[in-house]
Amino acid sequence: MSGLGIWNYVIIIFLMMTGLYMVISSSNLVKKLIGLNVFQTSVFFMYISFGYITGGSGPLYNENVVLYANPLTHVLILTAIVVGVATTAVGLALTIRIKESFGTIEEDDLHKMDSSL
Amino acid sequence: MNDHVILRVVGKFLIPYVMLFGLYVQFHGDFGPGGGFQAGVIFASAFVIHTLLFGVRSTQKIAPQWILQVVSSAGVLLYAGVGVASLLLGANYLDYDVLGAYPVAGQHLGIILVELGVGLTVASTIMLMFFAFAARGEPEGDAP
Amino acid sequence: MMPEQLIDIFLLVFLAVISIAIVRIRDVFAAVMLFGIYSLVSASLFMMLDAADVGFTEAAVGAGISTILMLATLGLVGREKEKPLVKERIKLLPLAIVLVTGATLVYGIVDLPPFGAADNPAQMHVAPRYVFESMSEIDVPNFVTAVLASYRGFDTLGEVVVIFTAGIGVLLLIGGRRRKEESADE
Repeated sequence: MSGLGIWNYVIIIFLMMTGLYMVISSSNLVKKLIGLNVFQTSVFFMYISFGYITGGSGPLYNENVVLYANPLTHVLILTAIVVGVATTAVGLALTIRIKESFGTIEEDDLHKMDSSL
Repeated sequence: MNDHVILRVVGKFLIPYVMLFGLYVQFHGDFGPGGGFQAGVIFASAFVIHTLLFGVRSTQKIAPQWILQVVSSAGVLLYAGVGVASLLLGANYLDYDVLGAYPVAGQHLGIILVELGVGLTVASTIMLMFFAFAARGEPEGDAP
Repeated sequence: MMPEQLIDIFLLVFLAVISIAIVRIRDVFAAVMLFGIYSLVSASLFMMLDAADVGFTEAAVGAGISTILMLATLGLVGREKEKPLVKERIKLLPLAIVLVTGATLVYGIVDLPPFGAADNPAQMHVAPRYVFESMSEIDVPNFVTAVLASYRGFDTLGEVVVIFTAGIGVLLLIGGRRRKEESADE
């Protein structure tokens, strides 16, 4: 694989792991959701990288072009982006309700409050 | 936002153009990048600008909650209804070939209707979600 | 090296730096703004990889709607700073998990097909049919719309229902006005 390809995939894995670290270890709920979105976006990169052809053009019909990028990967990622924003919206609504019920959105305080009930 | 005159004037000027661009993206999804999802989000963001400038209550007078709920359900019904129409005409579910005189015309009609349904649902659902978030902190009553 | 490859490399480095900044920053408001920037840079990267529809959607949805909803949440929840993790022992475990998983995945890069080759397995089975038969069967110039609305119409129906359900969920959770006097309705 060329240098650009290896660099591409290494950065994608780095972004994935950064998002995963934020989901596991953030104590603020909103930062957890940001980490989830970072993770999702890195997975989208991976799919689009699989569908990319060097020297091809975008998936729009043109008489002069013979090599098109793979439209199937684009379609899967379009669906995934919209589902991601739906998940984020419901997660943020849950965060608001948690704040109204418990008074805090830090995970450590929530564990203490929950176990003391 | 009463003392940010530039933001109010420029925002008010931009809102119709953003809506127009949303409609353009919706109906030109066949010929360029675009389609239902992008158009719905862009159309909803015009209303978000209006909410940021003039408050939730005045925007909810323009787009009341019950209209948005009806429109978002209508979008899903339109999509599923195109499939049922294909069933009633004798083909498989969501097979657009039978919707027109010859298959390519049927495909065109099916794609336009389906993208319209998607755009309606996405725009109204995002507006509903944003209004729910923005109105949560407002106190009861008619305070401006 | 061609300028497009240079832009690619630079944008990828930029993304990595932004993600590290999001992890390290403790002010949640700044993290949300950095997330908006992250989303916009990733939209540009999607454009560099010939994915115009996806870049469009990511810019509109990620840098637009997600950021706005997070800012609205912060307005309701309060702009607190995230607490630093008190026990160092707990902080090492996620780091170890993440490093081990990352190392395994990097080791797996060796098995991937070459980046951008025209005879990858991903380009072989269904994609040529979508690209070459689509103009005669559907006659829509945008292949992504043809696949999304016609060839894979069921998936799009499911997606519309998902976003409709998310709208219902959000309305159920925070649809009503918050009443400060009543605490018995929860």
